[in-house]
Amino acid sequence: MDIFDILGPVMVGPSSSHTAGAARIGFMARTLLGSRPLTARIHLHGSFAETGAGHGTDRALVGGLLGMKPDDLRIPFAFEEAKKQGLDYTIDEIELPDAHPNTAVIDVDGEGGTHLLMQASSLGGGRIMVNKLDGIDVNFTGAYNTLVIHNQDENGAVAMVTGLLNQLGVNVANMTLCRRKRGGDALMVIETDQHLLLHQVDFLRHLEGILSITYYDKEDDDDGSQFDA
Amino acid sequence: MALNSMREIFDQMAEQRLAFWEVVLAYDVDERQVSPEESKAKILLTWQAMRDAADAYTGQRRSLSGLVGGDGMKMRQYNLRGESMLGEYVSAVIAEALSMAESNACMCRIVAAPTAGACGVLPAVLLPLDLNQRQILEALYTASGIGAVIAARASIAGAEGGCQAEIGTASAMAAGALVAIRGGSGEQIGHAVAMALKNLMGLVCDPVAGLVEVPCVKRNVIGAVNAVSAADMAMAGIQSRIPVDEVIEAMGQVGRRMPVEFRETALGGLANTPTGRAVKERMQAARKR
Ligand code: SF4
Repeated sequence: MDIFDILGPVMVGPSSSHTAGAARIGFMARTLLGSRPLTARIHLHGSFAETGAGHGTDRALVGGLLGMKPDDLRIPFAFEEAKKQGLDYTIDEIELPDAHPNTAVIDVDGEGGTHLLMQASSLGGGRIMVNKLDGIDVNFTGAYNTLVIHNQDENGAVAMVTGLLNQLGVNVANMTLCRRKRGGDALMVIETDQHLLLHQVDFLRHLEGILSITYYDKEDDDDGSQFDA
Repeated sequence: MALNSMREIFDQMAEQRLAFWEVVLAYDVDERQVSPEESKAKILLTWQAMRDAADAYTGQRRSLSGLVGGDGMKMRQYNLRGESMLGEYVSAVIAEALSMAESNACMCRIVAAPTAGACGVLPAVLLPLDLNQRQILEALYTASGIGAVIAARASIAGAEGGCQAEIGTASAMAAGALVAIRGGSGEQIGHAVAMALKNLMGLVCDPVAGLVEVPCVKRNVIGAVNAVSAADMAMAGIQSRIPVDEVIEAMGQVGRRMPVEFRETALGGLANTPTGRAVKERMQAARKR
């Protein structure tokens, strides 16, 4: 156990699950989208739908999409901020079978024609879990640095990426592979112990058979107070 | 090493000749693979965030539901007028607990300790004291060690164990922290924790409309004041007849047997009063629009 899970996180209230976790989900979606979000359709399930407005879950999700971390003082004003930054969003309710009570689905289009469909839940204490990406089941938490790689399902793509990471001195903590059908597009989620540098991610991006890569850099191990106002 | 029981911490204290807080510091250094300096720097930043949160309070903000806001300022003014029945310290503790918990409800920045709902308890008992850096370290490491033990043996989430697990744990952390900075022994820290938890055992989690507002803000006050009394009793040499680890265990059991209505579902207690239900309906009508 990390004692800073007891004394922390430093966050904008009122709820670590409904506010801090929601901001992390939004931030994760922005990161995995890989560009500035332009239009977002946000669907809330379970307790997120029922008590989300009172907990600022909606604002926190939009704030996260705008790049705000859970301690960002602009979260309560995320709707106004979205207008300023040109993000169009809609928020409604959805019923998902067998989903965690605090779950959101974010369907977002970004600059340069990017698109992401992500389902994620807030597990408590601000911790989150991404459950689905573009219709494919996944599970990762953002507790590690995370590479999300779309590749052609050809022999060798996995070995090539992990081999290169190894050469870069990057340790793979967890890895999941999913594909829609044999020989089609596949999705690789790789969690690493070390941070990757931008040019290293870029290098992987240009490998043969890689369709797209997004990289989530684990939240820094500080108090995150860079947003002091 | 793990923080699985208070006994383990006491044993480490004896074996390594360390203070309670130093055992927790050593644990963090080992757990996160950082240097003692890095660990201390991080906990001091956490303290700074608590102070900033207290300084930022104006009493002007209201929660999204409109139920909460402004009471911390009322209490501060009442104290300033010298009308409080309590001494200077405890009346300041009450004002601080209200202010911090309101800040949380009003979407200001706070430090969860151990949760956002209970964020007012620990800073409320510490901020009114003029602490030096060493005392801050003693207080915060002690408090987080206590919270870690309770999280491991029982629970710190209202949804799992009721409010006794949230405000109760915060109160135990605060009580132990106070004993630590006043030079109490490890045993005395243990007794303070035990007494603080015992006195809040069975407290249900019943937030109106499911929001961390009513009764949460004022529950931070009882958590803080209870901590001060438990710490004072322990410093006076009063002991808990039930050992602290058994008390923690019992709290966990009570939580597990608590009906689901009393575990953050907003189906029982104050949430299920006519007024509580009316607030919920009002919030739901707003949601439909
Ligand atoms: S009533 Fe429930 S939500 Fe409110 S402070 Fe207590 S445990 Fe937290």
